[in-house]
Amino acid sequence: MYYIRLFATYVRLGALGELEYRANFWINLLQSILELCVALGGLAVVFSHTDNLGGWRPEEILAVLGVYFLVGGLIRVLIRPSMVKFMEDVRQGTLDFTLTKPADSQVLVSMQRVELWRLADVLIALPVLGTALVRLRVELGLAEALTFGATMLSGGLIIYSFWLMLSTCAFWFVKVENIQVIFQSMWQAGRWPISIYPAWLRAVLTFLVPVAFATTVPASALSGRITSSTLWGSLALAAALLIVSRWFWRVGIRFYSGASA
Amino acid sequence: MTAFYSIYRGYFRTALVVQFQYRVAMIIWLLGGIIEPVMYLVVWRTVAQQQGGAVGGYAVNDFAVYFIAIMLVEHGTFSWIMWEYDFRIRMGQFSSQLLKPIHPIHSDIADNIGYKFLTLIIMAPTAALLAWLFNASWQPDARTLAIFVPVLVLAFLMRFFWEWSLAMLAFWTTRVDAINQAYFIVVLFFAGRLAPLELFPQFLQRVADILPFRWMLAFPVELLLGRLTPNELWLGIGAQLFWLVAGYLVMRVIYRAGIRRYAAFGA
Repeated sequence: MYYIRLFATYVRLGALGELEYRANFWINLLQSILELCVALGGLAVVFSHTDNLGGWRPEEILAVLGVYFLVGGLIRVLIRPSMVKFMEDVRQGTLDFTLTKPADSQVLVSMQRVELWRLADVLIALPVLGTALVRLRVELGLAEALTFGATMLSGGLIIYSFWLMLSTCAFWFVKVENIQVIFQSMWQAGRWPISIYPAWLRAVLTFLVPVAFATTVPASALSGRITSSTLWGSLALAAALLIVSRWFWRVGIRFYSGASA
Repeated sequence: MTAFYSIYRGYFRTALVVQFQYRVAMIIWLLGGIIEPVMYLVVWRTVAQQQGGAVGGYAVNDFAVYFIAIMLVEHGTFSWIMWEYDFRIRMGQFSSQLLKPIHPIHSDIADNIGYKFLTLIIMAPTAALLAWLFNASWQPDARTLAIFVPVLVLAFLMRFFWEWSLAMLAFWTTRVDAINQAYFIVVLFFAGRLAPLELFPQFLQRVADILPFRWMLAFPVELLLGRLTPNELWLGIGAQLFWLVAGYLVMRVIYRAGIRRYAAFGA
């Protein structure tokens, strides 16, 4: 409860700061629409030459694309801003201010910045997902909605833990901003269902940089392709990564000795 | 001319030394340029395999060669100058460049080429590895390779002039980020990075003909694949020359206007 109130405070702070730069939202929206148009154009070109891609029908691929934009947008609103700020703080020594606050340091660091204007990416994902659902003729019952919610949540947690572990490396290597480039580079591969990639690339996208759990898995929950082993595996991996990243954070924070003090 | 030679040699040396300090960052930055073509390679290879081995005149092997070549030509011609100028102008670093008795574009070109040569150490084995992983076979003839060299140089120069002009917009607006993103998205579509342009609908192919992006990337790649008739080849070189001259003129005009506006922040 306490942490929810804390999070609400950070969101309000973020919103106040951003109201000064309202144009950012509109520019970002335009940019996202352009990006979506190119992505849809790409799909249209592919499906003008074939009626399915590795067994995935166009509407299923559309669902993957919708989830890709949705999760990508959420990452840019919720996860990335805090992690980037954290890495800056380690480098400049301002992390001390966070550590002296009377709340759990990992939680504080993970929600210290919210970039609401990036919600544009989330907004444009919704019509795409909606269209995919209508085309798939999915009756979104309680069971499907729950499965989709569960896979989205575990996918989100997996990405969060992964990113937290990458950022925690900042305690040792200080200059790690470039690490986020690794994630962004691999992330783009998530716009296609992971099963079309050759085995080595699939392994990389599942275990090394867990993109698959945040894009292909929730999308396959929507189209009813998901197997129960994938669902439980995804939940188990989320739990495991949360624990591991928590442990790694503790090790890192013990190692941290400030930058200027 | 000899003066230019020694200036460029000096610039190259510093560029190499500077870049070499950021070895790890350099490798990380290459990753995006490798993943994207691999992704579309896989997509189109899958399509071709499903359609009995070929789509629109491209066989499974052609797609592999096409996207590996896209990766290399993109690497050879891309620039990051727009991000750099936004930073330089906002931070006032541009002032010291203005003091030098030589146009700043020269050091930018030297930096770019220096980086490309250094990163070739990674890109060349990556291309070979991908060719092996995807069973790509490619037998170019000597004539194609000989024409490819000037075509690649033209593509590099025309792209550089245009992107450098785009970078100059930082003199007028602080929102270059959004402009750059939009530019990259359009390039992605019309330069042939999503798919060979031949697979596009007729209408979009004609649009791509008129825009400069095709001649920066798809054209040199199609030449490497041996898919161009002599007529198309000369037409393409003509288009490249046209956009090169146009880019040069635009660059001059926008640079002159830009430095008149520049008021050295933070100096």
